[in-house]
Amino acid sequence: MIPLAFDYEVAESVDHAIELLGQHGDEAKLLAGGHSLLPIMKLRLAAPTVLVDLGRLGDLNYVRDEGDHLAIGAMTRHCDMERDSTLGEHCGLIAYTASLVGDPQVRHRGTIGGSISHGDAASDLPSALLALDANFVVKGSGGERTVAAGDFFEDYLQTTLTPDEVLTEIQVPKLNGAGWSYKKFNRRAQDWAVVGVAAVVERSNGSIGSARIGLTNMGSTPLRATAAENALSGADPSSVAEATSSADEGTSPSSDIAASDEYRRHLARVLSRRAVEEALTR
Amino acid sequence: MTQAPEKFVGGGVPRKEDPALVTGRANWTDNIKLPGMLHAVFMRSPYAHAKITSIDVSAAKEQPGVVAVFTGEDLLDEYEKHPRENPAAVTGYDVSLHDRTQGHSVTGETDGADGQDSDEPRSFVSWIVHDELKIPHHDPLAHDEVNFAGEPVAVVVASDRYKAQDAIEFIEVDYEPMDVVTDLEEAMTEGSPLAHEGFGTNEAYTWDLATGDIDEAFSKADVTVKGHYLQPRLIPNAIETRGVVANPDPVNGGFTVYTSTQVPHITKAVLSSYLGVPEQKLRLVAPDVGGGFGSKLNVYAEEVIALVLARRMGVPIKWIEDRSENYLATIHGRGQVQDIEVAADSEGKILGMKVNLLADMGAYLHLNTAGIPLLGAFMYPGVYTFPAYSFECIGVYTNKTPTDAYRGAGRPEAAYAVERIMDALAAETGLDPAEVRRRNFYEPFDEPTDTPAGIQYDSGNYQLTLDRVLELADYEGLREEQRRRRESGDPVQLGIGFSTYTEICGLAPSQVLSALGAGGAGWEMAKVQMLASGNVEVITGTTPHGQGHVTSWSQIAADVLGVTPDDVEVLHGDTAIAPYGRDTYGSRSLPVGGVAVHLAAQKVVEKAKKIAAHMLEAAEDDIEFEGGTFSVTGSPDQNVTMTDVAGAAYMANNLPEGMQPVLSEEYFFDPPNFTFPFGAHICVTEVDTETGFVKIRDYFGVDDCGPIINPTIVDGQLHGGIAQGVAQALYEEAVYDEEGNLTTGSMVDYLIPGAPELPNYTLERTVTPSTSNEMGVKGVGEAGTIGAPPAVINSVVDALSPYGITHVDMPASPWKVWQAIQDAQGQEAGTRDADRSGRPAQAVDSTDTEGGSTS
Ligand SMILES: Cc1cc2nc3c(=O)[nH]c(=O)nc-3n(C[C@H](O)[C@H](O)[C@H](O)COP(=O)(O)OP(=O)(O)OC[C@H]3O[C@@H](n4cnc5c(N)ncnc54)[C@H](O)[C@@H]3O)c2cc1C
Repeated sequence: MIPLAFDYEVAESVDHAIELLGQHGDEAKLLAGGHSLLPIMKLRLAAPTVLVDLGRLGDLNYVRDEGDHLAIGAMTRHCDMERDSTLGEHCGLIAYTASLVGDPQVRHRGTIGGSISHGDAASDLPSALLALDANFVVKGSGGERTVAAGDFFEDYLQTTLTPDEVLTEIQVPKLNGAGWSYKKFNRRAQDWAVVGVAAVVERSNGSIGSARIGLTNMGSTPLRATAAENALSGADPSSVAEATSSADEGTSPSSDIAASDEYRRHLARVLSRRAVEEALTR
Repeated sequence: MTQAPEKFVGGGVPRKEDPALVTGRANWTDNIKLPGMLHAVFMRSPYAHAKITSIDVSAAKEQPGVVAVFTGEDLLDEYEKHPRENPAAVTGYDVSLHDRTQGHSVTGETDGADGQDSDEPRSFVSWIVHDELKIPHHDPLAHDEVNFAGEPVAVVVASDRYKAQDAIEFIEVDYEPMDVVTDLEEAMTEGSPLAHEGFGTNEAYTWDLATGDIDEAFSKADVTVKGHYLQPRLIPNAIETRGVVANPDPVNGGFTVYTSTQVPHITKAVLSSYLGVPEQKLRLVAPDVGGGFGSKLNVYAEEVIALVLARRMGVPIKWIEDRSENYLATIHGRGQVQDIEVAADSEGKILGMKVNLLADMGAYLHLNTAGIPLLGAFMYPGVYTFPAYSFECIGVYTNKTPTDAYRGAGRPEAAYAVERIMDALAAETGLDPAEVRRRNFYEPFDEPTDTPAGIQYDSGNYQLTLDRVLELADYEGLREEQRRRRESGDPVQLGIGFSTYTEICGLAPSQVLSALGAGGAGWEMAKVQMLASGNVEVITGTTPHGQGHVTSWSQIAADVLGVTPDDVEVLHGDTAIAPYGRDTYGSRSLPVGGVAVHLAAQKVVEKAKKIAAHMLEAAEDDIEFEGGTFSVTGSPDQNVTMTDVAGAAYMANNLPEGMQPVLSEEYFFDPPNFTFPFGAHICVTEVDTETGFVKIRDYFGVDDCGPIINPTIVDGQLHGGIAQGVAQALYEEAVYDEEGNLTTGSMVDYLIPGAPELPNYTLERTVTPSTSNEMGVKGVGEAGTIGAPPAVINSVVDALSPYGITHVDMPASPWKVWQAIQDAQGQEAGTRDADRSGRPAQAVDSTDTEGGSTS
């Protein structure tokens, strides 16, 4: 429970952070809320020699209405998103999903940028962002780029971020009346999801126009339930159960002490059905 | 001092302890900082079973800040060159001094250097349950073999904890892995790997008990039911981890040891014995202690080593356990395989009960490891009376963290098995679960009453608590709702589960402890001293670590002496202040220690009355004592207050002839019998049959622990106790992989429920005074933990009974519940190779060992 020794640097700006990362190479790690990084350092599973603290970058804590989409600063804390009225109005899915992360202490420290950059498939926000077709703005010594959520996550704890890049902003399209839901299945309120399902459903003349489903903890990255999405497209609301029975297709959930892969697949199907049904009522 | 016309016992006096605790100003062991203090950190074995072929600490010694590094070998002479003390005569804890011929050290070597007890393995064991108990040699630091993952193998002493931790990485240990045994049932099969090869078996002991004619009971039976139940291993998780500071006293050549313990008195005896430090040279202090739940009812390797290092290095040594270590190196609880069988007549009246246990000792015996399951032996008959009982327990060694007392210690196991089997009997006879219980209850009794296990219950009125809880829960209404949900095929089914329990508290009559091999000395001491001001100090031998003794003992003393609780200070947890004491565990503090306070205070009043009579020039028989004032019968104007008397007793210039000065009285209370609180609980669950998720919707309890000293404290004990019972039933389990690694090694994997997982409890009380002490009090520290697990599991099984499911093992995780439904529906079972959380539940149609069978 005692980490190895490390140096600590305070980033005064995003550019300064990039500069510090450049100086220290991949020995350095950005520190946001610290609620993923510090636990693994205490267990000595990670041992960066330098921490570059983004904590003073207050200008990365925001939610802005940008017309067709919302922009969320990478250092926005879960608790701030939970209560943000702009998010509540235009993207209830993010506000609600943030409210299910860990416990109040975790939500007061953890950030959306950290949740995404850590690349843990068991995190809640990434699959919701996947279902929302969000974009991530990333800045590094080579300049700025925008990555679609669907292209960002590469493998277990692995993303397209290079060691000198900082995730600065998350852009989510407004829901514009689409129904949404997040179904998180965990044993205790404070736990990561055994399985989680995010759904965004557009209605069209009494049937389902299109549905996008993001899956939490069903593989080494957050995933889309593509087969179920296809089956739902244009479907009658009465056929949701049947359409979501393929929600686990193409997934590769792990087996651990919380669940077997088969049980996870079963949960993905049940939760997808419940999520789509709920989205249709919103 | 304030004259107190009112009484405080029974009132909701706020806990005196809380302001400091909730504002972070308590004096935890880790807050103790002494000049020149060094910090110890242990290196622990990553293997569950291995020979240590070499340890090289040379590089670690060179690390910055490191003062010393020791291996087990280095410290052997610490135990061997100092003649061991025998404190048993005064403390009753007979540590390692039995004339043992059985237990040889694993390596075959003996510790004969001290020339005495050469066959005797060095160990922490205190409770010698059986003449043939096999006791593994247990040195504080392993040297030639490790027997569980987490066993300490070396210790680094450095100027701070961080440097010590870093230096650990430079110690090189070569291990030669050995075969590992973790599973209890496998451990008892031919050819199983052996936890201690020197024993030739994993069996530590077999202990049995039989009353009545069990064969006749079963041959006469109309109905028999049997159950095969697993008790998960649990990790106690006191919020404050362990920690110790050992401080040498250069003036008297002795030591003060501060340690986060429930048992400073017992620790003093054990450390004295283990290390040959004369008892009078040891002072043990338990500062504020943040919980124990039984895990700190022990003396641990780290405490021994801290004292060894302080002796060897001549400086204060501190060690603070981190949470990862706490999971590996502090004792675990439970861990049993239970077989229970009941014979009954066609009316559901029990004729006999057979119980067979395998009990997981883990790798070594701690103080009471071997005895814990036997606390249950006497409680399997529960609140039911019948003519024949047989019990057998086999203690089993495994390469896992040692087990010992965990809240309830043996009794939750017993209550669980009997309450599960009562539901099976109800199902088999077609009776309502409440009715089958009622038919087997004792008639209400207020005299000691014999039980099938050969002991005597103090008092009981089980019908009353059951009747009341049925009313509270609106039992009929619940059954109606259940019927509706079943008929409509609601995916969320309702379960209603009962538990009518009793338990054994108030440890303990010294003679009984002795007869059980548990050392003896179950008395408790209290001293009540009135100061010159008339204020009061109560010295108690109990050692609170969250229970609120300071408040409760103040109330007790205040009522007897006619003062207010604020006039009373309670001193505890320091052997220099309270040299005598048997500490806190087994819900003993109130029925033994609190009663001692009451009796000592009465002695003070008796003496004060003599002085008052002398002061008032009246006959002692004519003196009345009421509300802190002594007055002459018939002339209330002639009076003196307790304050006046205390002052006079102190000044000693006008005392009755021959009377000694001051009002200070001691009482050593050795109870004539245990106490037996009881209660009836109903747990209402909603089971999502699609996901397997169990939600506790309501929890009703009617408990009887005799008269109440402080209702807020009693409620707190029940709330926390039920939470821990729910935790066992639905959430917690220490899971090991086949190599003996603890896979639930952190709070992320070991699921302790929090407030969101728990319902609002609806609790009431009845009051049936105990016959075991003058106050009639029974103790309530473990009641909730004992009553809750069967109520929860009975509820889950009740919800699932339409599927033909008759049992789900604890913890009833969603996965396990879902699997049980899958199995019951005859579908392909899930992939089970990764199921390390225990077995999926078994449904009737998939096994023949479960559920009822009619003979
Ligand atoms: C007890 C507990 C329970 C939790 N429960 C949940 C849960 O239920 N659901 C859930 O989703 N999460 C959960 N979390 C995780 C929590 O949400 C974390 O806060 C989050 O995953 C990481 O965010 P952070 O700000 O703490 O990042 P940090 O821990 O500071 O950083 C995580 C990683 O991301 C990198 N990083 C951080 N910010 C940036 C950035 N702007 N650009 C590039 N890289 C960056 C860091 O270098 C590090 O590698 C839990 C955590 C704890 C301790």
